[in-house]
Amino acid sequence: MPLLELDSVRKSFGGLVAVKDVSFAIEAGTIAAMIGPNGAGKSTVFNLITGIYVPEGGTIAFEGRKLGGLRTHRIAALGIARTFQNIRLFAFMSAVDNVLAGRHARMHATMFDSLVHTPRQRAEERAGRERARELLRFVDLERHAGDYARNLPYGSQRRLEIARALASDPKLLLLDEPAAGMNPREKEELIALIVRIRDLGVTVFLIEHDMALVMNVSERVTVLDYGEKIAEGAPADVRRDERVIEAYLGRPDVA
Amino acid sequence: MDVFLQQVVNGLSLGGIYALIALGYTMVYGIIELINFAHGDVYTLGTFFSLAILAGLGVNGVVHGPAGVAIVLVTLLAAMLLCGITGVLIERLAYRRLRNAPRLAPLITAIGVSFILENVMQLWRGPSPIAFPEVIANPSFALGGVDITAKQIAVIVLAVGLMAALQTFIYRTKLGKAMRATAQDRDAAQLMGIDVNTTIAATFLIGSALAGAAGFVSGVYYGTTWFFNGFEAGLKAFTAAVLGGIGNVAGAMLGGFSIGLIEAIATQYIPGGAQWTNVVVFSVLVLVLIFRPSGLLGESLPEKV
Amino acid sequence: MPGARRIGFFVLVAALLVFPFADRNNSHVDFLANAGAFILLALGLNIVVGFAGLLDLGYAAFFAIGSYSYAMLASQQFGLHVPFWLMLLVAPVIAAIFGVLLGAPTLRLRGDYLAIVTLGFGEIVPQTFLNLAQFTNGPNGISSLDQPSLFGRPFGFSATPYYYVLLGLIALGILIARNLQNSRLGRAWMAIREDELAARHMGINTTTTKLAAFALGASFSGLAGVAYAAKLDLVSPDQFQFNVSVLVLSMLVLGGMGNIWGVIVGSFILSFVNSFLLPQSTTLAHAAGFANVDFTNYRFMLYGVILVAMMLFRPEGLIPSRQRAAEFHEALTDAPVAAQEQAEYEGPPR
Repeated sequence: MPLLELDSVRKSFGGLVAVKDVSFAIEAGTIAAMIGPNGAGKSTVFNLITGIYVPEGGTIAFEGRKLGGLRTHRIAALGIARTFQNIRLFAFMSAVDNVLAGRHARMHATMFDSLVHTPRQRAEERAGRERARELLRFVDLERHAGDYARNLPYGSQRRLEIARALASDPKLLLLDEPAAGMNPREKEELIALIVRIRDLGVTVFLIEHDMALVMNVSERVTVLDYGEKIAEGAPADVRRDERVIEAYLGRPDVA
Repeated sequence: MDVFLQQVVNGLSLGGIYALIALGYTMVYGIIELINFAHGDVYTLGTFFSLAILAGLGVNGVVHGPAGVAIVLVTLLAAMLLCGITGVLIERLAYRRLRNAPRLAPLITAIGVSFILENVMQLWRGPSPIAFPEVIANPSFALGGVDITAKQIAVIVLAVGLMAALQTFIYRTKLGKAMRATAQDRDAAQLMGIDVNTTIAATFLIGSALAGAAGFVSGVYYGTTWFFNGFEAGLKAFTAAVLGGIGNVAGAMLGGFSIGLIEAIATQYIPGGAQWTNVVVFSVLVLVLIFRPSGLLGESLPEKV
Repeated sequence: MPGARRIGFFVLVAALLVFPFADRNNSHVDFLANAGAFILLALGLNIVVGFAGLLDLGYAAFFAIGSYSYAMLASQQFGLHVPFWLMLLVAPVIAAIFGVLLGAPTLRLRGDYLAIVTLGFGEIVPQTFLNLAQFTNGPNGISSLDQPSLFGRPFGFSATPYYYVLLGLIALGILIARNLQNSRLGRAWMAIREDELAARHMGINTTTTKLAAFALGASFSGLAGVAYAAKLDLVSPDQFQFNVSVLVLSMLVLGGMGNIWGVIVGSFILSFVNSFLLPQSTTLAHAAGFANVDFTNYRFMLYGVILVAMMLFRPEGLIPSRQRAAEFHEALTDAPVAAQEQAEYEGPPR
């Protein structure tokens, strides 16, 4: 059973169909990518998966369970985490607090626990902070633990967002253009990070415009254009696909 | 049925005043996304300014004939001008610096300005209601089973007239176009060469002037005023703006008349009505915001996806 | 807490405990007791506005609910005589329930609309108490409330027992507020305040989290309401008008939203100005020959000036929370970008 499966998913805004009849599957333990020209509907697909939008047609299933209509926080608790195209860190919280916030779904302190600071709550907080520091080490940000997120350099912010997403021990990690704005060295480090994440057992699904990065790191690529899937397969095959080439080169705004 | 129609007439007059105030709310919200809490108090200031002007002109009863018309025009225009200036000053001194601040800040500031204005008016004319001169004769006309007074006609005519003027202004003049552009996308407007500061100031000028007109009209219509008037009237006018569709000028008019009608009908048909009208109107606000936040005529801001 | 501050803190606590016996002037104790009720209110509003970022302009409604609960359950009004100490448990619960009821409609609203709706409720609640005269005696209010007593000794007319009750409640309030700040719930509030959409992706149920803020904030009001009503021996609708909501908000703005000590200081300063500075200045002015001056009439202008001046020049308050200071000052340069991104995902304001 695939980890994530989209079946004939459809979503429109006003009169514009943003996602039209899109179907694909992602197997657990893999690194998959979604590419396509700007405006192809890729972020919309992410937004559909995490419950920001509800599909008008078709289904999205995670571990066999249909997600239709579930609210974002429930989907997150099921094990899907994400980063955002335009970084959405909690700007005025420290790096460690950001990651700790990401762990919300895996912590269980109730309102009463929070009011009264029971021993269980205190233990959980300690463990949570430990885990947060661990994750910061994992993305090489430990020295910035106490800094406000907004003060971090751009590349560090992207890594922090990933650390925050990992804090919920997700099964599926959605990365929305994680390499945007990065220099070549940072991109190499990102590739290594993504592979390390996969090796932890987390399935990675990324949207990217950087073809080299996509070809380098992903095992399977899905291509969208004007909201429709036009190709799918191993990176080498997709790269040679006529429709894909046309989609990118046949249009003035090449990624 | 006659009772009902009578309430419709009453409601339309009431609504005309709300509509004029609502226009100011909606214009300011449309352009800088601020709920100008002090706007209701500018409306009351309009009444107070009118009182002062009328006193200065020696008016304390009805003035007949062409002299009456002249006095009405002079006072109306003067009140509008003074209120317009007040609005511009408030924007310049209290709101401009906070244009890019977190939303909480200008809203809190607006509350502060509202309190200051209310206190100033309280110190100016005291804490009790004040009588407002009749100014114009108020004969009543019978239309079928319904009575409509000259003042009611005047309110409705003035409100509709000013709105028509406003619509023309917004859609036919350069400044009006600048206002619409700034409301849609402030940065792009600036890049197009629009002087955003002046445009925003103009918005406040016009919105406050309309509130001033409403203030004068309200004084003549009700024959009384009170420093704290603006609080309630302001909230109801804001409800009207939301009901009609915040940011939408036609919506403000529609909303204003609707709220006026709702209030008149509620007063008539709910037992102990007058006490509960506030609750009714605020409930409308809450319901609209929950179920149809874009209001009756929707927003003029484009949907972003 | 560092050494010097710790000593200072204990000295303060000791002074507070001893004050009514050191200062024989009961009107001073009376002032402090009243100020204490407002400190409690400020701590509660701080949870809603300061922690969770929900601008509640109708907070006085919960104060009213707390006070009227006492008036209706512990007086001749309905012949019910729930003991004061039990009411201290009951009223917060009642207030919390209303916190949820009145907060629920605001959940999907944006900041400024949320504020207006809470203001609307802030109007509706006292208006309702006023209108339902058969239960509440309308404008006259309910008086001759039950006198609290401890170990069989009634409180009497001295302010001193109320002073100690409020001192205890404030201590409790501070403890709860600090606990909340450093907890999973407190972090969830911060996250929602920063970026509600991202917060949802952390698994935060924004609905229940916001309702928790309303409920907890309201419960503080419930507590304050009971103590204040019992002390004043009178409850009437005009005690709970919009100016009370604004007063408490001003305390937060002055002292420092989000910062527990800031809020306490702000609250105390405004109570002091209200109850001492303005009347004393008036007395002085009269003595100096200005017989017509009454500074207490300038009270609302003062609140207004504080709100405007603070927002323009020091929005983070006198004793800021480090986070809020950063938010206010740095956001002044960058907000348009953040707002645009917010709009990208959330569409038109809801």
